[in-house]
Amino acid sequence: MLNKHSKIEKNSILMLVCVVIAISVGGLIEIVPLFRVETTIEPIKGIRPYTPLELAGQDIYIREGCYGCHSQQIRPLRDEVERYGHYSLAAESMYDHPFQWGSKRTGPDLARVGGKYSDDWHVGHMINPQEFVPESIMPSYSAMESRDANLVDIGAHLATLKLVGVPYTDSMIENAYDDAMTQAQEGNSESESALFERYGKNINIRNFDGKKGVVSELDAIIAYLQVLGTMANLKDYDPDILIKETSPE
Amino acid sequence: MNKSLAVPEYNDEIVKKFTVASVFWAIIGFCAGLYIALQMAFPGLNFEPYFTFGRLRPLHTSAVIFAFGGNVLFATSYFVVQRTCRTRIWGSRLANFTFWGYQVFIVMAALGYVFGVTQGKEYAEPEWYADLWLTIVWVVYLIVYLMTLTKREEPHIYVANWFFLAFIVTVAVLHLVNGISVPVSLTSFKSYPLWGGVQNAMIQWWYGHNAVGFFLTAGFLGIMYYFVPKRANRPVYSYRLSILHFWSLIFIYIWAGPHHLHYTALPDWAQTLGMTFSIILWMPSWGGMINGLMTLSGAWHKLREDPVLKFMIVSLAFYGMSTFEGPVMAIKEVNALSHYTDWTIGHVHSGALGWVAFISFGAIYHLVPKLWKRKELYSLKLVNAHLWIATIGIVFYISAMWIAGVMQGLMWRSYDSLGYLEYSFVETVMAMHPYYIIRALGGVLFLIGALIMVYNLWKTVATNDDKAQFVS
Repeated sequence: MLNKHSKIEKNSILMLVCVVIAISVGGLIEIVPLFRVETTIEPIKGIRPYTPLELAGQDIYIREGCYGCHSQQIRPLRDEVERYGHYSLAAESMYDHPFQWGSKRTGPDLARVGGKYSDDWHVGHMINPQEFVPESIMPSYSAMESRDANLVDIGAHLATLKLVGVPYTDSMIENAYDDAMTQAQEGNSESESALFERYGKNINIRNFDGKKGVVSELDAIIAYLQVLGTMANLKDYDPDILIKETSPE
Repeated sequence: MNKSLAVPEYNDEIVKKFTVASVFWAIIGFCAGLYIALQMAFPGLNFEPYFTFGRLRPLHTSAVIFAFGGNVLFATSYFVVQRTCRTRIWGSRLANFTFWGYQVFIVMAALGYVFGVTQGKEYAEPEWYADLWLTIVWVVYLIVYLMTLTKREEPHIYVANWFFLAFIVTVAVLHLVNGISVPVSLTSFKSYPLWGGVQNAMIQWWYGHNAVGFFLTAGFLGIMYYFVPKRANRPVYSYRLSILHFWSLIFIYIWAGPHHLHYTALPDWAQTLGMTFSIILWMPSWGGMINGLMTLSGAWHKLREDPVLKFMIVSLAFYGMSTFEGPVMAIKEVNALSHYTDWTIGHVHSGALGWVAFISFGAIYHLVPKLWKRKELYSLKLVNAHLWIATIGIVFYISAMWIAGVMQGLMWRSYDSLGYLEYSFVETVMAMHPYYIIRALGGVLFLIGALIMVYNLWKTVATNDDKAQFVS
């Protein structure tokens, strides 16, 4: 058999073709079946696309490389579930482009950080982490306090995500800027109900950074952090749901 | 005289350029690594908004992998393909384009990170415009390489070229599939990747693990297959083993990605496949190590007098060690402990510093006197000093990270007698502090070694040795 190898060894194009075939098999087998979504992502209630303000927050999260130190993926291990909460489900990150599962926990997992701390805590912690956790090695992000969140073209961001499969509607895209302003400045009941209508009831509408007027990057990042892990309705989650739904009766 | 037996006029100018660039980026990348290591020990070294750990970490990884490693691969592959095919490189101007094009890509990517322009996917952070530019450069690289192979004067394609070819074409495939993204607008730096959620995770780690497998392994095995036999003046130990381990390595590596996603929301069948193939991968990996080490059969005494060869052999030892550690860490039960901890960082660096950097240093030490037509290096003693200082640095680094990682993993899962979690998260952070300092010290030693190399190479080139006779 090894004698026949000289044929490949004497023909660079043949070798190229053989290499491409050899490296294609594994990838195809592991990746393609994942797009049969009904066997990959469990149907669970409550998951919605991020609001424009939360999305602006995720953009900041990515820009600063937060994923380098914080995972967003709780494994079904006893200590992790006790420390961080219910293990992560595929559906919970289905609208993350890119996914934020991370690979290192220099800091704690953030998959269910939403609602764990007050907005005030986040504000203080972002500006000076060591004030709240003296032994923390997290950098300070005080500049976010005074910088406006990038909302000018947030509609274009939603429209792009729609192109890659996130179910944003035309009215969500059209009203993206207003929705972001509404979410960060409570008080206008009319636009608030429009926001609820578009994204559902489960939305934090608050002045996240506690400052009136401008919507800062701090508003956006805290809005994002406060929604993490809070969307899924875990009470009626059945771990065997994928097996039941996909196997014939 | 038979024309085909004459030594053709090789294009060594292009190899020189890539060699200089690789040494330059090595120093930048090592400095960046040392700096972020110090940031983890002393967080006061973070200066927002541009110089925080989050923004500098991709700068470090890209600088060492793609800038240092990439330039080494360009230099050696262009050098090796000409010698082993006994022909001048095809399309010298295009080759020149790959040099400048690749440096432009590096600068584009690095500037992006510091200014917060990133796709946020590990080892694939450059944004869409840099990705597109890299695609052009890489396709030209593939064409230059392949055309040089096809016009070879030797009937057989030498084994080093199999690895280089597999590296170039697979990296192209990985980059294209993982990099697909839609920019917010043509004037915006920001894009969103086509893949999301669990599919994105699988594709990203299919990419990520094979960046290790093909960029940092196959490519550098190509280096090994030329420079170790050359330096030892011995033929490759086993031709059959080359064939077996080449095809099995490239076939099996591709499957290993899901071991980065154990116990996550990725379906179990994919995790199990990833684990199984990762364990199988141990064999072809060691096939390469054995083929390299055994090439010294009957020439082991050369290790005593040639520190350059020593670099290469130590690198193979590290390669063997980290390709054994990898499959162990890919076992789900082990991974449950090691994942998310600094053990992973230690594992990566035993491969990156011990294998990739050391085989590169060996190749660079071999190349520079040849390229600049000097008889020998300025000082073999300094090469020896570099080897030992850097090796001690690696030992500091990986043992600190082993202890830190295993300790952190155990602390996270530790329960007290009442059945509560024993440690808060921040207590595990505090416990890391001394090890982060030791790790940074290891980095200092590694950097000192590299600076000794720069001095030695500089003196080699600057010393004008008229009597030197360069024989190709």
